[in-house]
Amino acid sequence: MHTHTAMSPSVPLQEMIRAIRSARTQCEERGVIQRECAAIRAQFRQADNGGRSHNLAKLLYVHMLGYPAHFGQMECVRMIASPRYSEKRVGYLGAMMLLDEKQDASLLITNSIKNDLSHSNQYVQSLALCTLACMGSAEMCRDLAPEIDRLLRASNSYIKKKAALCAVHIVRKVHELGELFVPAARSLLSEKNHGVLHGAVVLIIELCEQNPETLERFRKTVPDLVQIMKGLVLSGYSPEHDVAGISDPFLQVRILRLLRILGRNNEGASDSMNDLLAQVATNTDSTKTVGNAVLYETVLTVLDIKSESGLRVLAVNILGRFLLNNDRNIRYIAMTSLQKIVGTDHNAVQRHRGTIVDCLKDQDASVKRRALELSLALVSASNIRSMMKELLLFLSSCPPELRAHAASGIFNAAERYAPSQRWHIDTMLHVLITAGGDVRDETVPNLIQLITNASELHCYTVHKLYRALLLDISQQSLVQVACWCIGEYGDLLLKGDCQETEPVQVTEDDALDALETVLQSHMSSPATRGFALTATMKLSTRITDNVDRIRSIVSIYGSCIDVELQQRAVEYNALFRKYDHMRAAVLERMPVIEKNSPGHTNGESTGEAVKDVPTAKMKQGEPLLLQQPANQVCDLLDLLGGSEETLQPGPAVDCLVSGLSVHAAGTAGGDLLDLLGGFEPAELSPAPQVLAYDKGGVTLTLSCEKQSDTGLTVTLTASNSSDSDLSSFTLQAAVPKSVQLHMKAPSGDSLPARGTAKVTQMVVLNNPNKVNLKMRVRVSYTRQGSPFQDTVQIDSFPGLDAAGQ
Amino acid sequence: MMRFLLLFSRQGKLRLQKWFTPMSEREKKKIIRDMTTMVLARQPRSCNFLHWKDLKVIYKRYASLYFCLAIENQENELIALEVIHRYVELLDKYFGNVCELDIIFNFEKAYFILDEFLIGGEIQETSKQMVNRSIEASDMLQETMEEYMSKPAF
Repeated sequence: MHTHTAMSPSVPLQEMIRAIRSARTQCEERGVIQRECAAIRAQFRQADNGGRSHNLAKLLYVHMLGYPAHFGQMECVRMIASPRYSEKRVGYLGAMMLLDEKQDASLLITNSIKNDLSHSNQYVQSLALCTLACMGSAEMCRDLAPEIDRLLRASNSYIKKKAALCAVHIVRKVHELGELFVPAARSLLSEKNHGVLHGAVVLIIELCEQNPETLERFRKTVPDLVQIMKGLVLSGYSPEHDVAGISDPFLQVRILRLLRILGRNNEGASDSMNDLLAQVATNTDSTKTVGNAVLYETVLTVLDIKSESGLRVLAVNILGRFLLNNDRNIRYIAMTSLQKIVGTDHNAVQRHRGTIVDCLKDQDASVKRRALELSLALVSASNIRSMMKELLLFLSSCPPELRAHAASGIFNAAERYAPSQRWHIDTMLHVLITAGGDVRDETVPNLIQLITNASELHCYTVHKLYRALLLDISQQSLVQVACWCIGEYGDLLLKGDCQETEPVQVTEDDALDALETVLQSHMSSPATRGFALTATMKLSTRITDNVDRIRSIVSIYGSCIDVELQQRAVEYNALFRKYDHMRAAVLERMPVIEKNSPGHTNGESTGEAVKDVPTAKMKQGEPLLLQQPANQVCDLLDLLGGSEETLQPGPAVDCLVSGLSVHAAGTAGGDLLDLLGGFEPAELSPAPQVLAYDKGGVTLTLSCEKQSDTGLTVTLTASNSSDSDLSSFTLQAAVPKSVQLHMKAPSGDSLPARGTAKVTQMVVLNNPNKVNLKMRVRVSYTRQGSPFQDTVQIDSFPGLDAAGQ
Repeated sequence: MMRFLLLFSRQGKLRLQKWFTPMSEREKKKIIRDMTTMVLARQPRSCNFLHWKDLKVIYKRYASLYFCLAIENQENELIALEVIHRYVELLDKYFGNVCELDIIFNFEKAYFILDEFLIGGEIQETSKQMVNRSIEASDMLQETMEEYMSKPAF
């Protein structure tokens, strides 16, 4: 143990520490401390007995153990003001530990600090400087800045180096004061003392970072800095500053940092430091950590300034060497640095890809994480196959906290660079099998979308997924995709022959067994079970023998506790019973799903669509059962526009347009009515009449009569209450796609003025799908030589209920 | 700059805490908890660098003590390791084969030494010998009992 002066202030302190440490329980320790604190408090109040510094030291120890010590704050203030060095020393230490700028008491020491800054003894000055730099508030800094500046210029090295760092603190706290220290900082660069130099460099860095103008001014110092560095690098052994053969590595690193700041974005400055950087990079001994620390800083500087390309390559090569270093700290920082430049110096980093990929197998988790990030950044079209092999290998053994990141990185890479669809699907399946629990939600719809797009691979894909399903049903995302495929491509699965894989015979029962296992397994999530149920249902149109089995599965789940499953089962039941004629259409093969957006996710819409995808299939086969009204309107518009001809009365339209032509040419199944002479319309059934159109004196009313369960006759009656006769009066009609329409010949084509005669026309409709009935009617006529056209939509038909039944 | 330096034992008992930016007692306690938890959980042969919030944490174990230094993101981790090592060397020179007990029973000395090596989160002296000489000289100033009592209290 180091021997002290006779005072040996530590003894009472050490006794207390021993007492505290010998306490066997937390409770006992608290007891000892309470007693000690009480004693300390009492002693603070007492007269001077030579033990004041011991007492405060004791209190500081207690504070470090985590106990409250605020009652010592004032004692610190008193001790700092003492003329005794021992007391000052502990007082200042106490101030640094107990007082911060938030405490009121801290202001009280400002005066003491001020006095001590000009003390005759440099060790007292040192205490003040240290404390000011540690906890000086903005106010104190403003107050004492001029004093610090004075010390920067005119004192010994011991004080100057501390004053420099004090100035750094002041500048950090009060930015405007930076200007004050610029001249002193500049002149300090010519000092020889390393401590002072180091402080000066730190101060200049701080000044430059805070003020771009100051930075400009300090650029002139680059040659001086280069000289200093050269001196350090090329000088012989210096015992004062040597660390493992490097002369003052701390100062070297700091100067390199300043050079970086000065050379950034500036060609001239970068040029003038080029040679030096090359020299440091080549000459620094890299066998010890300290040499590598300097090399590391050099590399960072080279890469950040406008260095010439040869130097950049040198820097990246140093990083490459670091990757092979035994010390994993070095490997780690090499990778963080490479990560920063993989965008800008991509090719240079690519050269080290092999080493980086090897680091995926490193023991250290931090190194692994870095290697993963870098590897993903280095994937390109030319190396995708080999990189993916490595990445998939990594995925199978990587630490759990990295799996999600690895999986999503792999998906991204596959998306961007997949050399073929089959490779892409294989890769995604591999990921699902290995890490299905860690992938994001969008993965399932994304993969499904990918699969639908690869139509030649449907058979291959469904076989592969079926096999994966047999092995493991715990990975939900994989199971979901597999179920979807089995449901969708079940027919291909059962066919057995597939060019891409070995043929295997899968029977209908096998496929249903697989799906039922998923349905019944406790490992399956509710969403997964939904997939399985829908897939089972879909198979009902793809298999031939076992439909009854499906029927019974579906009916069992009709009373399932899970509401979602129950609803599906009930709907599917209905599909079996009441709507069996629609089942084939509803469950038919889905069209290729379009991508919504670039990139690997399809956005939130498909995120939700994971659940909706099966139910949307219901909607797919019956375009109008649950379709938006807008679509229907579009349909009708199209019909009238003439491009899509689902309009029945093709020939009838012709007849209408021509107005007078005889429809003996074959209106399918229509009554032949003599148009000439304004034939009276057929007897209107006593169904209620509804006014459908009224404009310009022309009115159109309609009435309906149900002919059968799906058949309906609509009678349109037109009348003209205006003062002018209308001629070439024609009606055209359009209805929803599934509705069959047949327009009978109208009674006439002229509407005389003032309602003296009417025109009627019968429209026969058949609505087998029982869709919502709507009809769009186009009215055309000629009034006083000018043609006129108008359209009206009829949404409700008298005598029918709201659903058009 | 450096933000804080902590020394703690393998049981998580704090032996030294130096804060280079102002922080409330509550914040300090939380950081101490976080650091001890994080560092003590590390595997023996892991790398010595951690990320915590927006800082890099450099830690190294010397015998039964963990030295934990937090630096800002743009700082050089490898030189930070050297800073820790330098401090250990200084303690070793002063105490002669320093061990944890030395730091426990003479904690105020450990602080005095630190304060001759670092100020305001930066290195103030890069020469080992200079730091040692300063400490010895300061210690010499510690008054003997007679000198102590002869000087007036403030």
